[in-house]
Amino acid sequence: MTRKQKRFTVIFGALAMLGVAVALVLTALSDQVTFFRTPSEVHAAPGQDTGRIRLGGLVEKGSVKHADNSGVEFTIEDTTDRIVVRYAGILPDLFREGQGVVAEGELQSDGTFLADTVLAKHDENYMPKEVADKLKEQGYWQGKEANAAQ
Amino acid sequence: MIVELGHYALVLALALSVLQTVVPFVGARTGDTRQMAMAPNLAFAVFAAIALSFGVLTWGYVASDFSILNVWENSNSQQPLLFKFTGVWGNHEGSMMLWILILSLFGALVAFFGSNLPPSLRAMVISVQGLIATAFTGFILFTSNPFTRLSPAPLEGQDLNPILQDVGLAIHPPLLYLGYVGFSVCFAFAIAALVEGRIDAAWARWVRPWTLTAWIFLTAGIAMGSYWAYYELGWGGWWFWDPVENASFMPWLAGTALLHSALVMEKREALKVWTILLAILAFSLSLLGTFLVRSGVLTSVHAFASDPTRGVVILAILVFFIGGALILFALRSSTLSNGGLFHPISREGALLLNNLILTTAAATVFVGTLYPLAIEALTGEKISVGAPYFDATFAPLMIPLLLAVPFGPLLAWKRGDLFGAAQRLYVFAGIAILAGLVTLYLATGAPVLAAIGVTIGFWLIVGAFAEVWQKSGLPKAGVRTAMARLSGLPRSVWGTAFAHAGLGVITLGIVSVSAFQEEHVLRMAPGDTTDLSGFSVLFEGMEPRQGPNYTENVATFQVSRDGKQIATINPAKRIYTARRMPTTEAGIHTRGFSQIYIALGDPVEGSNQIVVRLWWKPDVTLIWFGPILMVIGGLFSLSDRRLRIGAPVPSARRRQVLAAAE
Repeated sequence: MTRKQKRFTVIFGALAMLGVAVALVLTALSDQVTFFRTPSEVHAAPGQDTGRIRLGGLVEKGSVKHADNSGVEFTIEDTTDRIVVRYAGILPDLFREGQGVVAEGELQSDGTFLADTVLAKHDENYMPKEVADKLKEQGYWQGKEANAAQ
Repeated sequence: MIVELGHYALVLALALSVLQTVVPFVGARTGDTRQMAMAPNLAFAVFAAIALSFGVLTWGYVASDFSILNVWENSNSQQPLLFKFTGVWGNHEGSMMLWILILSLFGALVAFFGSNLPPSLRAMVISVQGLIATAFTGFILFTSNPFTRLSPAPLEGQDLNPILQDVGLAIHPPLLYLGYVGFSVCFAFAIAALVEGRIDAAWARWVRPWTLTAWIFLTAGIAMGSYWAYYELGWGGWWFWDPVENASFMPWLAGTALLHSALVMEKREALKVWTILLAILAFSLSLLGTFLVRSGVLTSVHAFASDPTRGVVILAILVFFIGGALILFALRSSTLSNGGLFHPISREGALLLNNLILTTAAATVFVGTLYPLAIEALTGEKISVGAPYFDATFAPLMIPLLLAVPFGPLLAWKRGDLFGAAQRLYVFAGIAILAGLVTLYLATGAPVLAAIGVTIGFWLIVGAFAEVWQKSGLPKAGVRTAMARLSGLPRSVWGTAFAHAGLGVITLGIVSVSAFQEEHVLRMAPGDTTDLSGFSVLFEGMEPRQGPNYTENVATFQVSRDGKQIATINPAKRIYTARRMPTTEAGIHTRGFSQIYIALGDPVEGSNQIVVRLWWKPDVTLIWFGPILMVIGGLFSLSDRRLRIGAPVPSARRRQVLAAAE
């Protein structure tokens, strides 16, 4: 191989690698990104969220029901709307009625939400940032400012 | 009074850091040897001042001095002593203090071990370290002062976040920071080389021990963090592709690439400009990690505080260092002479392939981590990029790398023989494929992907020792000759073997736990028994217990197999008194490399049942044994003779010496 060919091989290899990576990233970003929605946003545009989404809001008071098969059912609400969430698993330690929560999963055809992950806050005066922001936008903010309490 | 002493020491450290930046720099640029000679002493002084300041803060924690705002917010007199101590860095201000303590420690170490460096290079390196120390000490003093007083002093503190009350906090952050901040030395060397406009194989040799040290600590720190999250959070997962994890993983990928490219530079004087760029990138990604974690743009256990001004200041520091370094790189890199060319199929070629894949992988992680932040900033739309994205981008990039790893060490420098290497590897490939087939046979219905994964894992492990095996001359050479040859091998050969084998061990663990893990979520009442992967698990009941600063409900599970009792597992639900915060303590029983993992959920109202989540995690501990092997490999390399001896005599001088001797 000549000097030129060697250099060409290396540059070609690098470009090929970069091309593969860009292709992978672009496909993954178009398929695998999860949007954050509140119940009212879901209802405002029916049919837009067919894949995985993150559903955030407050856990409606008195809505948490333990189903027979170790599953759990609760309602996520915001200002105007609510969605029933079903989840088979252990709720996080800081999951509380009336507090912020994010559920990740898919909307079902019957209008309920089947979650495979439920995230709550990490300590007692913290709310998932997305939830706090959305609730502030909707003027539905209750309680202390996130994180600023101490 | 003591507290003010700590505060004063921190101010002193800032002033000394400014001196450490300016004096050696001026000395190096004007060739003033006296100014250059001040560099090491200034580095020692900065370290002493910061250590004093850190010591005072630690004293405040251990003595529960709640007149310090920071101590009041994050400590409690009932906490066990260990957590009072580790609580020092279990918060924003304290963790930044740990950051600069380690930074100044590295500055002092460079000064101490740098006596064999050319004086101007040493002065420049210490000066760059001083600049970083100035920025971060200033950041602490002006935005996150840990010595702010509270008057009147409260009687009791607010307690450390219970998730952090664990031995993990004693180990994980210091290790991780030693890794993160360790790359600052490589960064300083890179900047010094750019300013001096001179770089050669000796430069790579000087930088290598620092890169290795940082890499060893970062590897250990990430693995430790992963295990901590695994047992503490009670979710049974070992890696979540959480932005904070990615923040530590990106510098690791860049650092690993740097480790390999510096090898090419040291041996063949090639890839110089690229190595410099990687050294800059590794530390830039560390800074980015600090920014992501400390600025409050992300929400996680690690984001202690989200005062917006802090985020802006860290961002400014980030832009200054990364931007400055890259501009300097753009202006000066053309002055660095280009090294030798090489055939694509060669040791250099293999190391270059490693670099291409690792940096591309780091780039995909970078995009996945920052894309949601960028989208939110630009459109306001909130999205999250989770594990599916990384599975679809990172994994496909890694597979060719894992397959190629055993070939690398078998290729010769300059011009390698791929066919020859393949010939020497076919036995090892055979063993690996056999292992994959055995998996298919043993675990009936095992997914083909799992078998392929096991094959790759074994391929890495046995292939890692191919070079050692070949050099031993076995089986032709006798055992005695082989032993003699092996003991004569450079330690770095063993280092490579162990580190690469560690990668294989991790692969095996990941494949095994992803493909064969068993999980049950069910309600259990005392006396209930359930089946878990051939074990029978009996729930005996719950009993309350009193801890030092929490109350807990401890469950007792008896695990047996074929009627024989094997283990008792005690998961618990705790409530930490000071914050009224509940946590889940998982119960884990280790069996060989595998683990039984039990976490408790909520009690079911109106019954004596409780929701229980049980996992059988086959070979899960391999995921953390792999990094341990990598660390051992790193230590072998670090103890290699050519690094211990330090700087090589420049060949021109050696020739003169030889000529004089004749």
